[in-house]
Amino acid sequence: MIPLTWYLLVAAALFCIGVYGVLARRNAIAILMAIELMLNAVNLSLVSFWRYLHPDRMVGQAFALFVLVVAAAEAAAGLALIISIYRNRETVDVENIDLLRG
Amino acid sequence: MENQGTILALLTALIPWPPFIAFGLISLFANRWKRLSHTLAIGSVAISFVLSQVVFWSALRIEHLGEHPIAARIPWLPVGARPLEFGVLVDPLGAVMLFMVPLVSLMIFIYSVGYMAGDPHYSRFFALLSLFEAAMLLLVVADNLLMLFIGWEVMGFCSYALIGFWYRKPSAYRAAVKAFMTTRVGDVLMLLGIAYLYAQTGTLNFHDILRNPETLKTLAETPSYVAGLSVAALASLLLFAGTVGKSAQFPLHVWLPDAMEGPTPVSAMIHAATMVSAGVYTTIRMFPLLQAGQHGLGGETAFWVVALIGAFTAFMAATMGVAQNDIKRVLAYSTISQLGYMLAAVGIGAYVAAAFHLITHAFFKALLFLGSGSVIHAMEHGHHHAGHGHGHEEPFDPNDMLQMGGLARRMPVTFWTFLAGGLALAGFPLITAGFWSKDEILGEAFHGAFEKGELLPLLVFLLLAAAAVLTGFYTMRQIALTFLGEPRSPAAAHAAESPASMTMPLIILALFAVLGGYVGVPEGFPVLGALFGRNWFHEFVGGTLLEHPKAPPFNAVPVVLSSLIALSGLALGGLVYARRPLAAGEPDPLVRLGPVHTFLRNRWYIDDLYHHVFVRPTLWLAERAVAFFVDRVVIDGFLHGVADAVWSMGGALRLFDRVVVNGIGDGIGEAVKAAGRELRALQTGLVQNYLLVVVLGVLGFIVLYTVAPMLRGF
Repeated sequence: MIPLTWYLLVAAALFCIGVYGVLARRNAIAILMAIELMLNAVNLSLVSFWRYLHPDRMVGQAFALFVLVVAAAEAAAGLALIISIYRNRETVDVENIDLLRG
Repeated sequence: MENQGTILALLTALIPWPPFIAFGLISLFANRWKRLSHTLAIGSVAISFVLSQVVFWSALRIEHLGEHPIAARIPWLPVGARPLEFGVLVDPLGAVMLFMVPLVSLMIFIYSVGYMAGDPHYSRFFALLSLFEAAMLLLVVADNLLMLFIGWEVMGFCSYALIGFWYRKPSAYRAAVKAFMTTRVGDVLMLLGIAYLYAQTGTLNFHDILRNPETLKTLAETPSYVAGLSVAALASLLLFAGTVGKSAQFPLHVWLPDAMEGPTPVSAMIHAATMVSAGVYTTIRMFPLLQAGQHGLGGETAFWVVALIGAFTAFMAATMGVAQNDIKRVLAYSTISQLGYMLAAVGIGAYVAAAFHLITHAFFKALLFLGSGSVIHAMEHGHHHAGHGHGHEEPFDPNDMLQMGGLARRMPVTFWTFLAGGLALAGFPLITAGFWSKDEILGEAFHGAFEKGELLPLLVFLLLAAAAVLTGFYTMRQIALTFLGEPRSPAAAHAAESPASMTMPLIILALFAVLGGYVGVPEGFPVLGALFGRNWFHEFVGGTLLEHPKAPPFNAVPVVLSSLIALSGLALGGLVYARRPLAAGEPDPLVRLGPVHTFLRNRWYIDDLYHHVFVRPTLWLAERAVAFFVDRVVIDGFLHGVADAVWSMGGALRLFDRVVVNGIGDGIGEAVKAAGRELRALQTGLVQNYLLVVVLGVLGFIVLYTVAPMLRGF
């Protein structure tokens, strides 16, 4: 059986890719996608911990389902915002979206 | 009886009010309406006159009026232990003043209607005259020195305003200032005297001081530490200084002749009924104080001062009067001279004689002034009639007696009344009032000099006798130059008698000038003494004093002597001026006296002396020292110093404000601003930057809580 550590390493790698994507991508859509990556990395580690540590309790699955629901809501709200920004500014490049600059 | 006394006191208190109210009404409401102005003024004086007459005749019926005078007083100003009081007092001396003052004033007011007719400031004249009258009446009814002084000072102001009535004439306003400044010298000393007396006795009431033997004795025995005088003597001398100023005695006599610049009724008012009488009245009033000082410390010094100043002034002014050509100035000098008579009488203790002369003099001097006013009025109109007044001729002086002459025929009423006044002034025997009063003074002096053998009355007698000769001389000179002979100018030739409003007062005053003396005929006088019985005036006024003064026993020598003196003066004047009247353009025969005439004409050079000794140094001091040094250097210096100090203090404060206060305030703001400016760079508005910080922060915490403990473990 594949040990837990491998799963966790994959999840950590996924998460780091997500973080990199959020911080480094200029396209707002890409950033949303990177956030999805981070969420799914968390889901993966949640499910792994459940399967390996407490297979008799449903807590890990339940959390993963919650995260999926929240991620769906997040994607809906985020896309709506991005569309709205695009309509106003005709761009989704976050380098140009700096209205709150001091 | 008690009740009646209260009513009389109330009536007395009302006497000064009508003219005072008239003054207010005229100045506030009636100053556009001439007729209303003089109606108010004369009406008010008439009311005062009636009130005074009621009080006078009622006072006559009171037995021992001196001991039980008509009096009432109320506390007025609470100061110290005892309040200053206001009140009225009518004792015999006050009563005769009450008889004389409103009567003479009423005549003058009526006369003024004719004299001032056509003057553009007619209402102002009557307003001031009313105020003047109110002040004089206040002074007469006053029962204390403070009220007397109030009346005294108000009169001083009114005389200033009335002498300078024609203020566009430089000589008039100069005379006004001169009168005010000169009398001020005396007034200050008088105020000192009043304060001194109050400090010593705690009261200013006449009755309390003068009819209280114990107070008088204490005052006479307390040393004043000034020139070895007692308090009584010093206080009376200080009060006398006020009289010297007000009654124009040497050395403060210089203002009165110049006061002739005022309208003639004012001259009559100031020189007969009111102001100058007020001075003598005060001295007579304070006589008991003077007398008390006699037996105390310093002896008779005060008496000597009063008598010699009076007698010397009487003589000096008479000599000055001889050489004057201005009809009013002659009268002014005669007034000074006659006031000197009264004070000399007080100084030798002839209390009643002084009061008597004060009353008779008021009548005949008012008469003479009004008569001269009538002459001046006629001369002005004559000048106008003679076709002059269109420029191109030399300046015309209606007061110049050398321009007159022959007016007797043209103005008979004025002439005869003036003659009556002149003879009364000269003391023409038996038929004039002036004779009886002057004779009483000379008789008392004679009595003291030759029957008691004292030195002071002898000096006084000699000076007064010399003055009497001169009085006769200049009176005759005046009458002759004015009324006799032929007119010496077209103005005199065209003069006409004055209107009835002016001649009626003359006639009434003339009656008093002739008959007024019969109230004081000595008891022992042959025929007349028996006819009139006792010497009424002496009995009555003598009652004012604590100790009834004894009239000297009748002596024919001084009577004959004073008659001869008066007649010789008149005869001498007649010899020089009336026997061969002056022709037009002819110089005054007195000019032949040479330097003596110049000396007299220039009034002994006293005015010039004062001008050089007091006026010019004062002006110099004012211009150079005070204006330059005190004002520019000291006062301006001080002010500029203060300004500079404040300015530099302000500068320092401004610096402090700018550097410290503003520095702190601005510093805080600037610091926050600078911090904001630096920190705003952090807020890029780029969400990814923020997230980067979050990630770095999280990494930092991870290092802090996981890696660092692990490192510590090694």
